[in-house]
Amino acid sequence: MKKENDQGKVDQKYGMVIDLDKCTGCGTCMVACAAENNVSVRPDQSDKERTITWMRLYKITNGKEFPDSEVSYFPRPCMQCDHHPPCVSVCVSTATRLDTHTGIVSQIYTRCIGCRYCQAACPYGVRYFNWWDTYFPKDKGLERYLSPEVSPRMRGVVEKCTFCHHRLMRAKEQAYAEDRREIEEEEYQTACTQACPANAITFGDLNNPEHEVSKLSKHPFAFRLLERLGTEPKVYYLSSRDWVRKLGDNFLPGEYQPVVNKTWANQNWSTKPGRDTFSL
Amino acid sequence: MDSPLLPQGVKRCSTWAFFFWTLPWLALLAWGGLSAFLCLWKGLNQTNMSNVFAFALWIVFDLAVIALGAGAFFTGFLTYIIGKKELKNIINTAVIIGFICYSGAMAMLGIDIGQPIRGWFIFWHANIHSMLVEVSFCITCYLMVLAIEFIPIILENRKLEEIKELRLFGHNLHEIMAVFAATGTFLSFFHQGSLGGMFGVMYARPFAAREGFYIWPWTFFLFVLSAIACGPLFTILCTKLTEFLTRKKLVPDSAIQLLAKISAWLLSLYIVLKIFDYLGWIYGIVPRAGLTFESFFREGPYGMWLVVLEMVFCGILPAIILMVPQGRKNQAWLIFAALLTCTGIVLNRFLFIVVTLAVPVMPFDRFWSYLPTWQEWGIGLAVVGYGFLVFSLAYRYLPVFPKERELNPVPES
Repeated sequence: MKKENDQGKVDQKYGMVIDLDKCTGCGTCMVACAAENNVSVRPDQSDKERTITWMRLYKITNGKEFPDSEVSYFPRPCMQCDHHPPCVSVCVSTATRLDTHTGIVSQIYTRCIGCRYCQAACPYGVRYFNWWDTYFPKDKGLERYLSPEVSPRMRGVVEKCTFCHHRLMRAKEQAYAEDRREIEEEEYQTACTQACPANAITFGDLNNPEHEVSKLSKHPFAFRLLERLGTEPKVYYLSSRDWVRKLGDNFLPGEYQPVVNKTWANQNWSTKPGRDTFSL
Repeated sequence: MDSPLLPQGVKRCSTWAFFFWTLPWLALLAWGGLSAFLCLWKGLNQTNMSNVFAFALWIVFDLAVIALGAGAFFTGFLTYIIGKKELKNIINTAVIIGFICYSGAMAMLGIDIGQPIRGWFIFWHANIHSMLVEVSFCITCYLMVLAIEFIPIILENRKLEEIKELRLFGHNLHEIMAVFAATGTFLSFFHQGSLGGMFGVMYARPFAAREGFYIWPWTFFLFVLSAIACGPLFTILCTKLTEFLTRKKLVPDSAIQLLAKISAWLLSLYIVLKIFDYLGWIYGIVPRAGLTFESFFREGPYGMWLVVLEMVFCGILPAIILMVPQGRKNQAWLIFAALLTCTGIVLNRFLFIVVTLAVPVMPFDRFWSYLPTWQEWGIGLAVVGYGFLVFSLAYRYLPVFPKERELNPVPES
């Protein structure tokens, strides 16, 4: 639901559309995210249950044998749940909150006590606890990449993707400096969006009908992860492949309704006209 | 050696025997101390908790000991508010067990959070919508109430009683104990309930999620009910264990039987409601999340047998034993039923914590396994060691059982 601010303008609701048919699983988004947000490295990254990957890439398959087997890659940032995020209401020290003006779920690291209740409440596993002290090895030159705009997190707190919130701050400051009240679509883009070599990620204001992300979110191929739980994610996925869309949520037998309407194929907002001819 | 400190007219073992008895518990405490030091110094990477198992063994221990310690507030409520005089013979035991359970749980929580120094943020930056905030507020206040309830028992020590001021203070505290019992009942009701609410409100976790009854998920009431059903039985178990170890009768049967009878009714009511809870969850919440009951027990070591064990063997069976007068009057059956009930509560808390998180909600996510490290066991078992130590010290030096002298007259030499 669109919310209006004091000036009668509709608030922004930043969101993301990830085209799974375009994603090649190269992992650039993960690397860009980690570099942009000062995600600490560890000497041994094989401990997958404790790595910090705000943007995580899942490899999913249709479970069939060759030659029918298919693979898709599933990038997963924070879903930035809307209205009533599972993590926000449970946080004991108000360390996480939903900004209703931007739709971004933020995290105050210096207020987090590390109880991890938010992690338990999040079904997407987007929240990461710092099990280790931050480590940016000087001899490897990693300390030179530290962004001054993002605070490195200390051990014992929970951290997560914030849609590169600092970039929004930067864009706003630039707009104010130029005596503008609004920021353009290109002025605020997340690091993963910019880094994606396949242009699979689109980012923008879901409430602004001019923004590409707003149009794409209405695409018949668009779906949201675990939508039926009612978390109202602001991250949408696009896929023409039935089995991929099916893996976006839990469906009881006979519940899933395939997308069979083919009238959108030639419309100009369709990202890839004709791809809906994929056999269902 | 310490005979001037012992209560008058009762028999206690020799100082050396008592010293050797405390050694295993001191060893557990030392193990816990080392584990705590490592966790505070190096961080929670000393545990096997992960981003998947954010809540693990310690939270299971926490919730379990808090439920088992519920005998304190409920026995206090029955003794001072309802006026069940027979229970005055067991109220001291209940209070000490409650104090041990709550203080142990809070100590464990202090290690469990990533930033222990910021623990006070719960109160300073309190998020009033969080059930855990209510739990923290109530537990902290209730621990203070338990400490106040424990003080008069400590002041009844033979040596301390010789100090007139302390004797008067203790006596006056006794007089107003009903106020603290009422406060404790109020605080405990809400925190026991909120512990259930903590999991019930996780609406995006279909294993834990429950529908709302008024403003609370119904797990709120189930947790309260399960705690007041099993808490008194744990008090009975501890009393029986003390009686077995000391080879003495310490509490009159009337008190034990009354508590067992009340627990039986509460446990039966709880089991009936829990069956409705399971049915409502299986046929309502779970299919709405696109899952089936079996979906949660497909992977890992978590099979359907856990639910059967919880409901049938540790729920319905002890409820039947305790509801039948002959069953609860028979010592062996009473202890067996109490043991089963307490196991069932631990199992219920385990299901709500570990299994809830182990089951992936995303269809393409995988199952992760978890086994606690020795540091986690160390801290968990340190609470057991602490409990044995405090209770042993209390039994040795304080008149914990008011009828002990009457039930076990010391032959005059």
